[in-house]
Amino acid sequence: MGSIAAQLFSGLSRDIKSGSSLGSVNVDLQTDATLQVDISDALSERDKVKFTVHTKSTLPNFKQNEFSVVRQHEEFIWLHDSFVENEEYAGYIIPPAPPRPDFDASREKLQKLGEGEGSMTKEEFTKMKQELEAEYLAIFKKTVAMHEVFLCRVAAHPVLRKDMNFHVFLEYNQDLSVRGKNKREKMEDFFKNVVKSADGVLVAGVKDVDDFFEHEKTFLLEYHNRVKDASSKSDRMIRSHKSKSPHCLIISTCLGKFFLKVSELFEKTRKIEARVAADEDLKLADLLKYYLRESQAAKDLLYRRGRALVDYENANKALDKARAKNKDVLQAETSQQVCCQKFEKISESAKQELIDFKTRRVAAFRKNLVELAELELKHAKGNLQLLQSCVGVLKGDT
Amino acid sequence: MAASSRRNPPPLPGAENQDPLSEMADEDSDEGEDIFVGNSNPVAEAFQPDTANGEEPADLFSEAETSTAVNSSITTSKSNGVHSDNENDLFAEVSVELSMENPSTTAKSSGAEFTPSLTRSATQPESMEQLEEEKDEDSFDMEVAVTNPEKIGDGMNAYMAYKVSTRTTLPMFRNRTFSVWRRFSDFLGLYEKLSVKHSLNGCIIPPPPEKSVVGMTKVKVGKDDSSSADFVERRRAALERYLQRVVCHPSLLQDPDVREFLERDELPRAVGTHTLSGAGFLKMINRASDAVSKMTIKISDSDAWFDNKLQEVESEELQLRKLHAVVDSLVNHRKELCGNTAVFAKSMAMLGNSEDNTALSRALSQLAEVEDKMETLHQEQAASDFFILAELLADYIRLLGAVRGCFEQRMKTWQRWQEAQSTLQKKREVEAKLLWANKPDKLQQAKEEITEWEGKVTQYERDFDRISVTVRKEFLRFEKEKSKDFKSQIVKYLESLLQSQQRHVKFWEAFLPEAKAIA
Repeated sequence: MGSIAAQLFSGLSRDIKSGSSLGSVNVDLQTDATLQVDISDALSERDKVKFTVHTKSTLPNFKQNEFSVVRQHEEFIWLHDSFVENEEYAGYIIPPAPPRPDFDASREKLQKLGEGEGSMTKEEFTKMKQELEAEYLAIFKKTVAMHEVFLCRVAAHPVLRKDMNFHVFLEYNQDLSVRGKNKREKMEDFFKNVVKSADGVLVAGVKDVDDFFEHEKTFLLEYHNRVKDASSKSDRMIRSHKSKSPHCLIISTCLGKFFLKVSELFEKTRKIEARVAADEDLKLADLLKYYLRESQAAKDLLYRRGRALVDYENANKALDKARAKNKDVLQAETSQQVCCQKFEKISESAKQELIDFKTRRVAAFRKNLVELAELELKHAKGNLQLLQSCVGVLKGDT
Repeated sequence: MAASSRRNPPPLPGAENQDPLSEMADEDSDEGEDIFVGNSNPVAEAFQPDTANGEEPADLFSEAETSTAVNSSITTSKSNGVHSDNENDLFAEVSVELSMENPSTTAKSSGAEFTPSLTRSATQPESMEQLEEEKDEDSFDMEVAVTNPEKIGDGMNAYMAYKVSTRTTLPMFRNRTFSVWRRFSDFLGLYEKLSVKHSLNGCIIPPPPEKSVVGMTKVKVGKDDSSSADFVERRRAALERYLQRVVCHPSLLQDPDVREFLERDELPRAVGTHTLSGAGFLKMINRASDAVSKMTIKISDSDAWFDNKLQEVESEELQLRKLHAVVDSLVNHRKELCGNTAVFAKSMAMLGNSEDNTALSRALSQLAEVEDKMETLHQEQAASDFFILAELLADYIRLLGAVRGCFEQRMKTWQRWQEAQSTLQKKREVEAKLLWANKPDKLQQAKEEITEWEGKVTQYERDFDRISVTVRKEFLRFEKEKSKDFKSQIVKYLESLLQSQQRHVKFWEAFLPEAKAIA
């Protein structure tokens, strides 16, 4: 890696509190005093990011009232998976896991910049370096926010917050020695997913008794697909928006020779355009991405419920058969009971979860769309002002 | 008459009457030279405080010279008002003689006619002031436009015809507004003619837009898509700018070829403009040989001004090329952004459709509409980026090439002079040898040759001086034009940016209440 990249990556620590975008995606977080979680600091080293998870709690099961631990991304994933695998939580929407911190793109760009150092002027080079650093910082802040949101959702959930693993995660100040999945486990996961999706299709085919869930099923399916689509398109759009800015940069340095004022103008509008792209990214793209994951989690919930329903119906059939043959009736009865209970438990909590999901979603969209509109307006007006003053100056001194 | 008054400022109207003859004679002869020789006389040029000033009388004179439809135009041209009528009346009387005679007789005859017009001189002052005002504004009161591209013919022989409309108040033209149909090769032909005549003097001749085999073939074949429409529009705009530059140039405007181009209904097909013709090949060969000789010439110029300017021009050209490349890629990126925004808008609309909550659903559809409008905005922005900025840069890159050509001409003239000097030197040596060897008959021949070459040397030296002055003047004028052009185009571009931002603001302002209404 080039020297610049190395400089940037070694020991880059940022205080994210000041610029945290917590709550940008998830709005309804009732942070009550009994359990408050946040990420107070983060350190980026080479390949890893180390998050400092800070907890404030009045719950009795914690040894202290306030404490911090250092966690890495893999440990978050471990926590998430433990929720998913826990049968007890089958009836809840599990908050989606935060995405892996991905600095690859940024790293590549820095490397290219380092290689191309000779071919551009000193000022172009410093400008581009600053931009890339800012981009890197933005990605960094985002990944911190994603991890924080995950923890807060868990902390806000009435049932999940009591989970033992969660408490261990928050408190245990030694390394959890969670290793990433090795190849075999990854293959297992892969097969499990295949099975699950096939099963999912089967399960989805079963008509549900409850209208509410039936409706939700169809809605979520469609919604999920469309969000996925919208999210990818918005990504592309924002990427093109971002790539426009470097050009203005070069234009401004070239024009510098002719029209100082105009080059200054381009410089400023470029900064504004970059900020517009960044804001759009934050408010729109991130929103869509997050709800993509959440709607997937909701779909999972429905799948689990559907599975439980199928199991229940199968158990019923088995019971009928057993009763007819008058063999193993008790066994069939108990299994039917178990299935029934499971199904009903899931259904109950699922209904509430889905309603909550809806409210959360609407609120989050509202907040983000309003903020997006306000920011776009602000930037457009800023641009407008700059342009007007420049045109005024140029026309003035004819 | 008015011209003379402009020349020698203070005692104008009175002095005119007192000493009309000699003054007239002087200036007339200068002007006369202009007409007949076609080279701008540095002496005459030096007089003119404002280049435009000199044009007026020249136009009148040259108009009289060509004579064909003088009388009809006299009555229609009006801006010069009383003044021009008077002038033309004079010349109408002598028009028959003018076409054949040399300047001096013209002057005398016009001078002779002058005396009875004492009464008219009273009216001169106002028109003179009028004129001065006009000329001070440096406006030629002449507008050309290239419009209405039309495809004529079919298949590979098809071509685009453009309507060239001129609106002018200059008296040298037959009418005030007129238009003719021209095709691209006509424009190239005009350029060829002008370069042949004027480039040797060091004038900066605006180059026409480039030929494009690919573009034209598409048009010929009849592909009716946006790219060929774009191409035609680009070419039309470029041709218009080219013509505008030509008519802005004071000495080019005088050229009868230019007038013919603008006025004459049927222009003979310009030959030698086709790339694959014999003339085309010849040109290529010439250009190649020029390039080689360019590398070997280096003027030991006492005047460092030219060297500096040439260097400036070269570095500027480089800068402009770089800038042009960047603007091009900016245009492409904007187009890409445009496409992506459109796709995103559609996807948003679908999301809005499938959304449960009605308010949110409506808001999302609104967002989709806003993004759609954004897309149109971006597209327009890309178009303006291109048509205003990129084309401006391309034009100036070509113009700078022409400027360099000018400097090269000067170098060539210098070289010719130097060569003549060395030949003279050789002849002198030969003469000295002959003298020593005492061969009287050969000596005579040698002496004749020496006088011949001495004459050539002086002439070439004069040529060189003259071309230096012209190049310098042309360059300064070019610089002025350039900064004016750049400034106006950039202001135009910024204004378009401004407008798009205003609409930006409007769209988002409309969206905001919708977003807030989500419950």
